[in-house]
Amino acid sequence: MKSVKTMLRNARRSPYQAMAAILIMTLTFLTISFFILLLSGSSAVITFFESKPQVTAFFKNEADAEQIKTLGEQLRESGRISSVKYVSKQEALEIYKEQNKEDPLLLDLVTADILPASLEVSTYKIEDLSVVSETLKSSSIVQEVIYQKDIVSALTSWTNAVRKIGFALIVVLSLVSIFIMSIIIGVKISQKKEDIEIMKLIGASNWYIRWPFIYEGIFYGIVGALIGWAIATLVLWYSTPFLASFLTGIPIFPIPVIFFFMILGGELIFAIVLGFISSFVAVLRYLK
Amino acid sequence: MIKLDKVFKKFGTGVLGLSDVNFTVDKNEFVFLVGPTGSGKTTIFKLLIRETLPTQGDVLINDWSLVKLSKDKIPHLRKRIGVVFQDLRLLFDRTIFENVMLPLDVAGIGAIEAKKKVEEVLAQVGIIDHKDKFPIQLSGGELQRAAIARALVLSPELLLADEPTGNLDPATSWEIVRLLAEINAKGTTVIMATHNTDIIKNMNKRVVGLDKGKIVRDDKKKTEDTPAHKSAYDKDSKEKPEEHPKKESKKEPEHDSKPEKIDEEKKGEK
Repeated sequence: MKSVKTMLRNARRSPYQAMAAILIMTLTFLTISFFILLLSGSSAVITFFESKPQVTAFFKNEADAEQIKTLGEQLRESGRISSVKYVSKQEALEIYKEQNKEDPLLLDLVTADILPASLEVSTYKIEDLSVVSETLKSSSIVQEVIYQKDIVSALTSWTNAVRKIGFALIVVLSLVSIFIMSIIIGVKISQKKEDIEIMKLIGASNWYIRWPFIYEGIFYGIVGALIGWAIATLVLWYSTPFLASFLTGIPIFPIPVIFFFMILGGELIFAIVLGFISSFVAVLRYLK
Repeated sequence: MIKLDKVFKKFGTGVLGLSDVNFTVDKNEFVFLVGPTGSGKTTIFKLLIRETLPTQGDVLINDWSLVKLSKDKIPHLRKRIGVVFQDLRLLFDRTIFENVMLPLDVAGIGAIEAKKKVEEVLAQVGIIDHKDKFPIQLSGGELQRAAIARALVLSPELLLADEPTGNLDPATSWEIVRLLAEINAKGTTVIMATHNTDIIKNMNKRVVGLDKGKIVRDDKKKTEDTPAHKSAYDKDSKEKPEEHPKKESKKEPEHDSKPEKIDEEKKGEK
């Protein structure tokens, strides 16, 4: 308790150093928060696409329901398929009607005959999509195969890149904040060199002298993490309407509140670790 | 209580700071350590609080060898020895109260008990009225008292005072010495380094003289043989005609107290 009091006084008496330390921590945790949100968002989008019927085969008019079902059974036997859904011409019309119910002109022009029957095939893994699509293409009754391979693979490689960049950025920022914080705390230790000397002479143990500095590092870490997290959360909350309309159909929003607090919890732990490491480095370096 | 056993101290520069120093101090003793600057007085104090180690020989406190004392035990040792540093070493960004509180805080004593103890000690040294002032607002004598209060607050068995009268006027010097004598009378062993011959002469206490790192004088026996030495400074020595010269010079401080009064008047004017 006493150490905490000393620590708060130390922080208050050199506000610029405290501000520099808090700002670098804020920057680090703002970045961490954004990357966590971005990565969990994009992985939610990928999961959504992965669970969607990803290959759709449209059949020629002459193909009958029986042949299509046989083809579906064939695919199922490969073991790669999570679900196969047959959409008949009539069902396709229903879907079309549903999608265009606000435009009667379009509805009038279309009959079940001109819409093809189709088979929506989902696989467990994205990688299996191309095999399934090849199988479908080789069938004589299939007219056309479309699938979201391009979307998903683009998204996956993009997410991987983001993950790598984010990870590198977080590592660099964490190191930078450790260095900056240990320099700041080192400066503080140097400024109090005489006080420390006196305290030692009247019997202060090393840890009595060290704890306030270590608490100070942890304090800056926690404050920086709180601010960084708060900014990221507010930005996301503010942009939720825009993002929600951009990602229509993908069930990400609303993001559960617990998720934000999980991020906060994790960040606070990381902040304590960062603060502890930086002040410990300083203490070991300047307080022998 | 204290024993310096064939102590040699060689500094990094090659200069011999102490050379074959042997002396013991008993419990409750009051010892003056005298000698010109550079004679090794402060080095002895530094050895006693294990701020430095002897190059050769051993320093024992209560049969504890300071040479063999492990580093993590040093704080324990220092909590048991009160030191009034030559340059006081008060913390200038803390009040007198906080300065005196520091050793208690370091020793982990609870706030309520510590507060009581600090006030008690500040009252003892006579600066309780200044407790909320900062060191810069106090006079030299008051600062010296604050330093003594800080050294006393943990009720140490041993009090080391390094030239506590160094830059004080004679009257204030005497007040400080009387304070140390009082502390000694209450059972604390006191070692005071000084080169104030006036004080040494008048206190009739044991004197250990140092010069260039060697003990050149130790009139321990003389003081021990003088049965009246304890009462010499605080009791009237009328019955002892042989101590007449001492009595005379003892009056000096009373004369010298005039400048202090003037000082006080000056303060009053401010």
